[in-house]
Amino acid sequence: MALLEVKDIHTYYGAIHALKGISIHVDEGEIVTLIGANGAGKSTTLNTICGILHPGEGTITLDGQPIHELPAHEIVMRGVSQAPEGRRVFGRLTVIENLEMGAYARSDKAGIARDMERVFALFPRLKERAKQVAGTLSGGEQQMLSIGRALMANPRLLLLDEPSMGLSPILVEAIFDTIRQINSQGTTVLLVEQNALMALSIASRGYVLQTGEIVLHDTAAALQENEMVRKAYLGIE
Amino acid sequence: MQAIKVKSRFNWLLPVKAGLLAGVIALLLALVGIVEIANQRPVIPGVLSVGQTLLLLPFLWAGYRAVRQAGSGEEAPPRFWLFVNGALAGLLTGALLTALLLVGKWINLRTVFINASPELYNLLTMGAGPAGVGILVPMIAGLVLGVVVAAISLLPERMRGSVVLGLSLIPVLAILSSALFAGRGLSIGSAIAVFVAATGGSYLWSIMQARVKERINNHPAGQRAAQWSRWALPVLIIALLPLLGKYPSEVMDMVGLYALMGLGLNIVVGFAGLLDLGYVAFFAIGAYVMGVLTSPEIGWTGIHLGFWGALPFAVITATLAGIILGIPVLGMRGDYLAIVTLGFGEIIRLVVLSDWLKPYIGGSNGITRIPKAVIGPLEFGTPQTLYYLIVAGCLIVAFASVRLKPSRLGRAWMALREDEDVAQAMGINLVRTKLLAFATGATFAGLSGAIFASKLTSIYPHSFNFMVSINVLCLIIVGGMGSIPGAIVGSLALVGLPELLREFTEYRLWVYGAALVFMMLNRPEGLVPEARRRLELHESEVESLDESGEKHVTVPG
Ligand SMILES: Nc1ncnc2c1ncn2[C@@H]1O[C@H](COP(=O)(O)OP(=O)(O)OP(=O)(O)O)[C@@H](O)[C@H]1O
Ligand SMILES: [Mg+2]
Repeated sequence: MALLEVKDIHTYYGAIHALKGISIHVDEGEIVTLIGANGAGKSTTLNTICGILHPGEGTITLDGQPIHELPAHEIVMRGVSQAPEGRRVFGRLTVIENLEMGAYARSDKAGIARDMERVFALFPRLKERAKQVAGTLSGGEQQMLSIGRALMANPRLLLLDEPSMGLSPILVEAIFDTIRQINSQGTTVLLVEQNALMALSIASRGYVLQTGEIVLHDTAAALQENEMVRKAYLGIE
Repeated sequence: MQAIKVKSRFNWLLPVKAGLLAGVIALLLALVGIVEIANQRPVIPGVLSVGQTLLLLPFLWAGYRAVRQAGSGEEAPPRFWLFVNGALAGLLTGALLTALLLVGKWINLRTVFINASPELYNLLTMGAGPAGVGILVPMIAGLVLGVVVAAISLLPERMRGSVVLGLSLIPVLAILSSALFAGRGLSIGSAIAVFVAATGGSYLWSIMQARVKERINNHPAGQRAAQWSRWALPVLIIALLPLLGKYPSEVMDMVGLYALMGLGLNIVVGFAGLLDLGYVAFFAIGAYVMGVLTSPEIGWTGIHLGFWGALPFAVITATLAGIILGIPVLGMRGDYLAIVTLGFGEIIRLVVLSDWLKPYIGGSNGITRIPKAVIGPLEFGTPQTLYYLIVAGCLIVAFASVRLKPSRLGRAWMALREDEDVAQAMGINLVRTKLLAFATGATFAGLSGAIFASKLTSIYPHSFNFMVSINVLCLIIVGGMGSIPGAIVGSLALVGLPELLREFTEYRLWVYGAALVFMMLNRPEGLVPEARRRLELHESEVESLDESGEKHVTVPG
């Protein structure tokens, strides 16, 4: 059984029909990527999965349990956390306090301490800046913090929304390395990206989203060869 | 090269700008009438009034600014130029007042500025009258003051601090003595004594300080005494304040009640970031429940409790009201929330005022004969005794705030304030966390209202108008948003000070506005800021304190 199973969901913003029947699944241990143009509905999909939005129709199950009617704070307790688009760190809190907030839903002190060490091992830069106010971190550091904060919930499924946005090529490389590393430590990843080339290089499978609908689903290798993907998202003629 | 050097030595623009700006402020003070009213209260009878002191301030500020800016360049200019700077700034400030006198001579300004009276002109010329040379008095005064400011600023640092302290203590003491004890300011003799004692004392202390501290720290007993006095001293001062008498206690009672409300609103707005403009509603509910349950006038309930019996009901009703009023606004943010809560505050007041509820809560006649609080033989009847009741309330609420802030709930509020969606995705129960903020804030306001009702023994709907909410919001902004001591200091500044300067009450809003603008420009984090806010608003200063001192770079190593 798939870890996450999204079945035919429709999400609305008032009258705007943003997701028009999306179905995806993510298996335990995978990295799956969701690519698509601006406004395709990628962020909407992630927000619907983690409960910030609720689908009008369709179901979402985690380990076979329906979660689409739960409020966001209960979904994180079931093991789904997100590093949202645009980082959105708590600007006035310090790095440490941000990470602690990430573990808000947990009460196992020892586990939290262990995960804090794990995050610092993944992002040594954050350890150097532990006491700094997050709003004064550089963009790349904020991205690391955003991912670190999501990891502090000790999720089974990590949702990443455009982790490479606005970062220099070297840092993008480093962040993707870290994502691979997080995945190899046992966390399943659903990755939303504009940088399709990089995303497909670390993912096992991928979905292509277009104006609220899935238009393509295949293995990452196949998608990299796909004529349409190459033209539209990889910029290769 | 040469030209640049000369420019750095004397920049005409600095004193001109400072002088003109201060002149505009002085004109404003004179024309709104505040100077004239304050002129009736003496600092030193026959020599200096509060009004004149007020008018001195722009001059001093102009001189200070001109001298300090000129002296802060890379290459400090020679002393002579500092004097010129100060004098020029003062002269220009005075020139604007002289211009007012000149215009006033030909045109009757009173048709537009009602306060441009002969008395004002008399005051501006120090009694010489606007005819003849009297018209030059403000400029001469400005010149002299500018030179004096320059001279003071050239004193060695310690001595300068002491002199400024001695000088400013004279009006402060005079105002305190006339406000609190119906005195008539200070005599020349006592003013000089105050100056000498304060300046001398503070100068001696600044020299001896290090040695005395060292002495004390070398003795274990001294160390212990120093530690004790650190908090025993404030406690003693707070405990002994009512000895000052009835009127000062009355003022402190109002300060305390507003501080109580401030601490409550601080949780809602400062901690959780929910801008609640209808906060007075909970104050009113606390007061009315107290009134309804205790006053012998209200018969329909069939119960007549004492203060202590009714207090829990008053507080709990306010808490419940906080939750009930919180539910409909759960989904609202920022400005929407502000407007809707503003409406709530007014609705409560209108309901209380309505004829519909008149048989139950008195309508516009209010509720009277509310009993005083009594413990055994002790009745909290006089302002002095009430003061202790209010201080006890403040202590409980301040303690609760201090404990809540770093708690799990406190951190949830903080996250909520920063980013609602993300906070929710971190596992924070939005509904519960928001309602708890509204409920806690309402509880504190309800407590304040209950004490207020018993203090006045009668309550009327008009006591619970929108201005109360605004005053409470202002005081936490001035004190420092999210800061617990800030709520108390803010209340002292915005509730206590205006009480001392009673003749300014009609200028209260004016002073509020000026204070807020000044704060936003010069100290946006408030008087006693929360450490976090200070970090955020003065990043550059904090960064320079950073041990590593390095600047962080975006590109990875
Ligand atoms: N809060 C909102 N209210 C109304 N419409 C919205 C809202 N958020 C998103 N939309 C609309 O929903 C559609 C999908 O938006 P979404 O943010 O999911 O796109 P995306 O694929 O993440 O795009 P990008 O790559 O630019 O982040 C867009 O047409 C957008 O305009
Ligand atoms: Mg997006």
